[in-house]
Amino acid sequence: MTDTTTEVMVGPVDEIPLGEGRTFAVGDERVAVFRTRSGQLFAVQAECPHKRGPLADGLLGGTTLICPLHSWKFDLRSGEALMGDCGLRTYAVRADEAGQIIVSMG
Amino acid sequence: MQKRNLVVIGNGMAGARAVEEILARGGAEQFEISMFGDEPYGNYNRILLSNVLNGSQSESEIYLNPLDWYRENGITLHAGVQADSILRKSKCVLGCDGTIEAYDKLIVATGSRAHIPPISGLTLENRQYKPGLFVFRTLEDCREIAEYARERGRAAVIGGGLLGLEAARGLQNFGVAVDVIHLGPHLMGQQLDAPAGAILKASIEKLGIGIHLSKNTMAVLGEDRVTGLAFSDGTTLAYDMVVIATGITPNAEIAKRCGLKVERAIMVDDHMRSVDDPDIYAVGECAQHDGRVYGLVSPLWEQAKVLADQITGRNPNAEYHGSKIATKLKVMGIEMASLGVPEPQDERDEIVQFTEPKKGTYKKLIIRDGRLTGGILLGDIGKAAYLMQAFDRGTPLPEDRLALLFDIGAPAKKVSLEEMPADAQICNCNGVSKGAIVGCVKRGKRSPKAAMDATRAGTGCGSCKSTVTELVEWACGGAVEEDPSVHYYVPGVPLTKPELIRACREQNLKSVSAVFEVLAGGIEDAASKPGLASLLNTIWPGEYEDQRDARFINDRVHANIQKDGTFSVIPQIPGGVTSPEQLRRIADVAEKYQVPMVKLTGGQRIDLLGVRKDDLPKMWRDLDMPSGYAYAKRYRTCKSCVGTEFCRFGLGDSTSLAIKIERELQGLDSPAKLKLATAGCPRNCSEAMVKDAGAVAVEGGKWEIYVGGAAGAHVRKGDLLCVVDSHEAVIQYIGRFIQYYRENAKYLERTYGFVQRIGIEKIRAVVVEDSEGIAARLDEELQKTSAAYRDPWKEAFLPATPNQFASLLPVIQ
Repeated sequence: MTDTTTEVMVGPVDEIPLGEGRTFAVGDERVAVFRTRSGQLFAVQAECPHKRGPLADGLLGGTTLICPLHSWKFDLRSGEALMGDCGLRTYAVRADEAGQIIVSMG
Repeated sequence: MQKRNLVVIGNGMAGARAVEEILARGGAEQFEISMFGDEPYGNYNRILLSNVLNGSQSESEIYLNPLDWYRENGITLHAGVQADSILRKSKCVLGCDGTIEAYDKLIVATGSRAHIPPISGLTLENRQYKPGLFVFRTLEDCREIAEYARERGRAAVIGGGLLGLEAARGLQNFGVAVDVIHLGPHLMGQQLDAPAGAILKASIEKLGIGIHLSKNTMAVLGEDRVTGLAFSDGTTLAYDMVVIATGITPNAEIAKRCGLKVERAIMVDDHMRSVDDPDIYAVGECAQHDGRVYGLVSPLWEQAKVLADQITGRNPNAEYHGSKIATKLKVMGIEMASLGVPEPQDERDEIVQFTEPKKGTYKKLIIRDGRLTGGILLGDIGKAAYLMQAFDRGTPLPEDRLALLFDIGAPAKKVSLEEMPADAQICNCNGVSKGAIVGCVKRGKRSPKAAMDATRAGTGCGSCKSTVTELVEWACGGAVEEDPSVHYYVPGVPLTKPELIRACREQNLKSVSAVFEVLAGGIEDAASKPGLASLLNTIWPGEYEDQRDARFINDRVHANIQKDGTFSVIPQIPGGVTSPEQLRRIADVAEKYQVPMVKLTGGQRIDLLGVRKDDLPKMWRDLDMPSGYAYAKRYRTCKSCVGTEFCRFGLGDSTSLAIKIERELQGLDSPAKLKLATAGCPRNCSEAMVKDAGAVAVEGGKWEIYVGGAAGAHVRKGDLLCVVDSHEAVIQYIGRFIQYYRENAKYLERTYGFVQRIGIEKIRAVVVEDSEGIAARLDEELQKTSAAYRDPWKEAFLPATPNQFASLLPVIQ
């Protein structure tokens, strides 16, 4: 983390159904936030590095995400590409006591 | 959890493979693993030793697990340390250098060694082999043979089996004259019969190798080094070196000494566990299962998987039931395939045979009760892939026996894989070349599925999958691995479709997350979710617990995602029959939402393309038409021609039949999409013969029903299921066929693959003749599903999940 990191509250956890993702506009950036069935949160860049597929529309299983366009696969924990040749930018994300999703930008 | 100790004796293909399978099942979290290996290196592919001997591959190319692999996986490898004894009471293994490893679970994978026949004069006084005498078993043997063979004149190989012939070919490369000495009456007695053996002999002799059959070696001649061989017929022949390749002897001594039951090898049960000690397993050539010891690699892979399932507890139901042996071989450049037994075993056995000795071609199949029990293909193995599959699965063979041996009337043979240049494009969807796939296999992706995952070849339209599979097999040179998941319904749950259906029914599993929880150790697999959702909806009509995250995006928002993340909207237009009023409404909606493209589809509907996700519910409300389901693995549409209403050739009312079919099947989910058509006459304008199911009107008020047609990535004319005489009967038989397909097809298996796999005779028997007595049940299940239909576009008024149609959520600062 650098000192330019800012924390942004993007909305309540229930905005995202279990096992799915939603895209949020944070300033000029777009971030896809996912909520796994076990309740973990992950945030990554909104578009697939391959052909700009909307990652929030992907299929999520555990911490693996499959892009809806051409099935590139990513590990949401690290952003690493599991199938495909370019990984994702990840953002630190957590929920506060009030159930608000907080993404660390920068 | 405290980790348990797993000790593996043997670091050959079986031992290392068993460990790989255990690691793949999360074994690193359960076990501290240590391994003993006689040879001072990692694990290498013993099958490819003959390539090292003949110089076509280097030593480094045949390593499967280099030493780094052991380090990376936290495995302690005692390389070059032979295990000396197993102390079962104190549960530890002693190494010959004094190493002690305690075990909770032990795997014996000691493999085998060269079998040495009773021949005199093998050794010198110091009991070492005479210089010039070799066995052919290890990398070290290979080096010594290569070293000695230089500048020698004549060599003999004792043993005319596969290994012996490969050794002979390897030796020839060193410029020595080679003879093969074989005790049996013909070569490769395990795989071939006498006529095939004779053809092979002639082909090999053409390569300049001498073959002596029915020749029993009595003694190795020479005082201080090999000078020749003496035979039981009183003759002698002069040789400078001799390689013994007469089969294998399992290394079971260490097991015998600690009291485990050993016949030819260590006796194991269906769990690959020794019959005496629940903590000791055996795998590979040192294991004897149901009276059989296998010396080939594919049974070993199957055993390793069962062992790993058992030892990790991943699948306590896993059992090994013996292996069916079918192999494709290349002996001295001569291609052959061997299936099961080379000779008939019973007078009921039917033999289909073809010989063309001049060309070196021989084909023989042994058939019992319509199924393949054995076979030999020599020279021309074009039909091997099909036959091996039919043999392995025990599928019934087509009546036309001739077609089993030859592709009659087929186009000229494709370019062989070997001849194909490296830059030839194999997968036309993802642009993957032969070179990329071969490179990937060389880097260790040795199953078709692993190679497809890594290169994405075959993951587009799928039509190149069989070529990719053949290419991977070819590139593996016989060491191809079968990914067990190819038999699973979905890759993330280790069960076939019938097993999965049974488990879901017995354990009352009605949601995708419950299936993962109970049947997959709680591990969710993203790619498996839509397939599970489809299946659960099929087996629990009306009761299925829908979880939206299990659906592909198209099924979450009831529209087809496009390349730019927008969607397409296709309203239902049954039978392709619309009205001015409906067209006006569609036009108004297209204008109101500034739809970038309006296009007629191939399924006789109207497509509004480029729609933002957020506009979907609004458009549906304005359209006030049901979903046309042009996005899902479901029933899509039923095309029709104008039939008797206007067409002067029409014989049957195809239009209203199509509309009735659509009312019956709309929204029906299925293993893959279903596209239907009805045609009013055999001119077939609506292409009903190349649809998943189609009805064609013929003279006399009758309808022909075709199933399993395709005209997409794959083109196939449907098979005639039956001829009926009413709309109601068409709907009943098509519906019953579809229900049977829904219950029995693999996920994403289109009807053309399903009908080919099951066979139209079987399908006709079940669907038309009710041979299994399930017709009434199939009809009833379909009725239940049909009754549960609800137009998904009604979610425009009541979204199913929060922000279901939001493409972007603003952040409130």
